[in-house]
Amino acid sequence: MSVAASSTQMAAPDGTKTLRVTDAQGLPRQPGSDRLFRLVCLTAVLAMMATLIGLVGSLVSGGWLALSHFGFSFFTTSTWDPVADQYGAAGPIVGTLATAFLALVLSLPVAVGVAVFLVEICPQAIGRWLAIAVELLAGIPSIVYGMWGLFVLAPWFAANVQLPLMMAATPGSWLETLFSGVPNGANIFTASLILAVMILPYMAAILRELLMSVPSHMREAAYGLGCTQREVVLRIMLPYVRKSAIGAVMLGLGRALGETMAVTFIIGNSHNFPHSLFDSGSTISSTIANEFTEATGDMHLSALIALGLVLFMITFVTIAAARLLLGRGGTK
Amino acid sequence: MSATAKPGMNYNRGLHLRRKIYNYIFLALTGIATAIALIALFLIMETLVVKGIAGMDLHVFTMSQPAPDMQGGLLNAIVGSLVMCAIGMVIALFVGILAGTWLAEYGDGTVLATVVRFLNDILISAPSILIGLFVYELLVRPFHGFSAAAGAVALALLAMPVATRATEDIMRLQPYALREAGMALGANRGLVIRSIIWRASTSGLMTGALLSFARISGETAPLLFTALGNPFLSFKLTQPMSALPTTIFQFAMSAYDDWQRLAWAGALLIAATVLTTNILGRALTRGSTQK
Repeated sequence: MSVAASSTQMAAPDGTKTLRVTDAQGLPRQPGSDRLFRLVCLTAVLAMMATLIGLVGSLVSGGWLALSHFGFSFFTTSTWDPVADQYGAAGPIVGTLATAFLALVLSLPVAVGVAVFLVEICPQAIGRWLAIAVELLAGIPSIVYGMWGLFVLAPWFAANVQLPLMMAATPGSWLETLFSGVPNGANIFTASLILAVMILPYMAAILRELLMSVPSHMREAAYGLGCTQREVVLRIMLPYVRKSAIGAVMLGLGRALGETMAVTFIIGNSHNFPHSLFDSGSTISSTIANEFTEATGDMHLSALIALGLVLFMITFVTIAAARLLLGRGGTK
Repeated sequence: MSATAKPGMNYNRGLHLRRKIYNYIFLALTGIATAIALIALFLIMETLVVKGIAGMDLHVFTMSQPAPDMQGGLLNAIVGSLVMCAIGMVIALFVGILAGTWLAEYGDGTVLATVVRFLNDILISAPSILIGLFVYELLVRPFHGFSAAAGAVALALLAMPVATRATEDIMRLQPYALREAGMALGANRGLVIRSIIWRASTSGLMTGALLSFARISGETAPLLFTALGNPFLSFKLTQPMSALPTTIFQFAMSAYDDWQRLAWAGALLIAATVLTTNILGRALTRGSTQK
């Protein structure tokens, strides 16, 4: 059947005759050894699928104890107290969403700028090298970003941004609420900043690839009509890749949501519900990374796995949407 | 725009100037964005290289984890990383290449292929810490102990979807004429795949392998609660084993200067490995496509 299928694809354009490789009985030729190989390959595919099913299954079964015990309050309360065995995940959940979205807001304009610059503005010779550099940077392990955040960004940020801002804010105003926190540089905002720097090369690389895919006749037609570069980019190129670009952005968001190491170093790791931009907090992944090996009670372990389940659901929706928007072949 | 209009009649100097100025502002903004990105990334690389080289010496490669304030190195972590990555890569390549082959050669038009491809793409981007949780439930909890084997499996699960995707992509690039030629000689489909298509895709498969290695060699999160870490040099797969990324994490979070120095050396080591692997992978494919 497979031989026939591939031959069908190869049929002459006029479609008069389909090449069909058959055995003496006229059945599609498919000797035994092929069947075996095919079966082996199929087993590998099923093993891959078993991974995903097993992943979901283990998260559900592992987190069931906590989820059934706390019920809906697991998502709405923010008491995280291993001593009293009370767990509410609102703090880490909000921390995850807040840092990821903040990172996206910080990173997106820059990523778009970089992609446009590389594709449309800077000379091809330099652009190609810069593009390779950006792609290589996208592969740097996140722990490197995390360490830089901890040792360089946090102290600098505390001394040069956070303290002055806290001093400048009028007491009692909303600004003071926004900027309140311990001035050590380990907070929601710096974590978002690190995440933004981390997803920047990643998103820029995908967006660049998308912009490269715009047919040159469209760009040339626009230039021929006398459009400026700004008009070509904003009115022709970006609208052309709009759908895939949203996919790319969501892929970046998915990465920011699930990132562990870059955040764990710098978010401050407190389970309180974050009240301000400069308040220390935690994300789901940082909480799991910090506490999992030290979790003693079954309930604590189960609560952490339940957190993992929540993270899985959030990222699954994000990534699935991204992949659907991007379509096949949009990105690696 | 009509042909009878005198040239310059519709010319609006103000509009022209405005469009020009907007364009310059736009160009400047993209330039600034690129500058910001490059400066930020340069700052990170600079710190990494400066502190990394400062922390680097021969002991890093020859001695195991020190007690605080003692001389030591990262030997146990480097060895652990190599062992677990190697095992993980073997598993991942075995399953990944076969699964990719099925998707590229046999799966066309089936619902299963569409579903698998979609889920595989999701697995590629899934948070790595969740893979760690899964392997913990699968291999650590039932056997009552952290082990290097569990760490290797976690890394394998991370590399597997990358290898699958790379295999499928590269096999689809092979021309149909190759397959037809093989079949015309009487080889069955499996034989054509194994001895013609795989061989023609060798460099691409190598690239896929290198890219998936680059992906897992820097992974920290899934190892934290599978391989756990081990201050001593160990080769036992049933015992906890340290890996470079987890050791870096532990050292960087510590309060000891020596440990932090080693952490930077380790971070430089990892970043250099990942960069080299990525560049190597790219060079391989470029060589094959330029033929």
